[in-house]
Amino acid sequence: MKLAVMGAGDVGRAVVDLADEYGHTVSAFADSTSAVVDPDGIDVDAALKHKDSVGRVGEGDPADALGAEYDALVEATPTTLGDAHPGFEHVRAALETDRHVVLANKGPVAERYDDLRALEADSAGSIRFEATVAGAIPALSTIDGIGAERVTAARGVLNGTANFILTRMATDGLDYEHVLAEAQDLGVAEADPTFDVEGTDAALKCAILANVIHGGGYSLADVDVEGITDVPPSALELAAEDGRTVRLIGEVTEDGARVGPRLVPENHTLAVSGTMNIVQLETEHAGRLNLSGRGAGGPETATAVLGDVNRLE
Amino acid sequence: MSEADDRAHTLRLELVDEPGELLRALSPIADNGGNLLSIFHERGSLTPRGHIPVEVDLECSPERFEHIVDALRDAGVTIIQADSERYGEALSVLLVGDLVDTDLSDTLAELEGCGSATVADFSLTTEKGTEGVSSARVRLAIEAGSTERALEQVRDVAAQKDLSVVEPLVGEL
Repeated sequence: MKLAVMGAGDVGRAVVDLADEYGHTVSAFADSTSAVVDPDGIDVDAALKHKDSVGRVGEGDPADALGAEYDALVEATPTTLGDAHPGFEHVRAALETDRHVVLANKGPVAERYDDLRALEADSAGSIRFEATVAGAIPALSTIDGIGAERVTAARGVLNGTANFILTRMATDGLDYEHVLAEAQDLGVAEADPTFDVEGTDAALKCAILANVIHGGGYSLADVDVEGITDVPPSALELAAEDGRTVRLIGEVTEDGARVGPRLVPENHTLAVSGTMNIVQLETEHAGRLNLSGRGAGGPETATAVLGDVNRLE
Repeated sequence: MSEADDRAHTLRLELVDEPGELLRALSPIADNGGNLLSIFHERGSLTPRGHIPVEVDLECSPERFEHIVDALRDAGVTIIQADSERYGEALSVLLVGDLVDTDLSDTLAELEGCGSATVADFSLTTEKGTEGVSSARVRLAIEAGSTERALEQVRDVAAQKDLSVVEPLVGEL
């Protein structure tokens, strides 16, 4: 397949880098200010080097990528809330010209799921978005395999940054600010960690899970969200005295979706450590399934993206 | 010593494995006029929380039985079942905020306000270097089937007093 990759962050770059290994050709690659297009396949190494040296993937206009020859658009621009601009417009452009779309960008799927499905219904192309929930973990294809109507609930640890902070606070008795600074030094947390620690990122993933399980109707505003910034070390100590710990858990049930710090037994399946993620599914006929692994990172997320591309064929 | 309205009652308690615990649990029964009939102390078997289940049969009037249950709770003894009134698995929550200045004893009383939960255990820690902020772990014994109602009460009390709550996972207790 010929891929147009929108976005040159960790995920976009990893997709471009690994596409060849998966047997695909990158015919267009764009970041927010530039693009490089070649119907026979762009020079990936040159584009990545160009990005590193001058901050742009090429000299073309970003819009050129959308007009290029491709079979599937990979939407990997940064997640935006509300109207999910410009990711949503990229998806629209691809679907309106009957091309497939694979999203790593959570914005359009969490915030405008019903709009996406309506566009898909009028298109010969289809959309897939495994990478939007818990990175490399095949949560959505597992739900697809079981049948969404037979999944009664989903819960899990969906944000590695918040989980890293809670784990470090609990094991070493350190306060939030201290661990956050350490996480930023390690590159686990971003300079502005709001999205992760306030629970927004996990809530977007819950909105996506709720849309998949309940057939649409959810956006970020429908998820009850609480972050981890108010959890002091003393609360974690009290939890530990009782053999428990605190994790930021996202839950999707028949009652709706919510994200918040929850008390769980220390040895509980959901009490994963560090930056690990886990998704637990309650199913009608198959009991409980637990899927854990890396929930973020370029090659990890690109693995989910390219898996989706392969499923389109 | 038996009186006309005396009846047999059964109490199921959960005790910590420490010297003196059994006596501490039995004293409120005797002190409130309960006539002990039998004590089944299953020292060999532990509850999922690592405590020892104790079953006590006693005889007293229904009114005295209520006093006994109250006195046991005041003494901090975890009651799993009092006659047919069954308390399901205890539920733990963390409360964080200005617990002291928002009247701690009132908070604990309010937590029991829904009528189906009773505070079985309570620990408080004050946050070092953070004025006013403290954390508490509260274990509630809850009547079977009332977990959601009890959690709702915890949320309401916390919202009134501007405390944050770390809830357990319901269905994952």
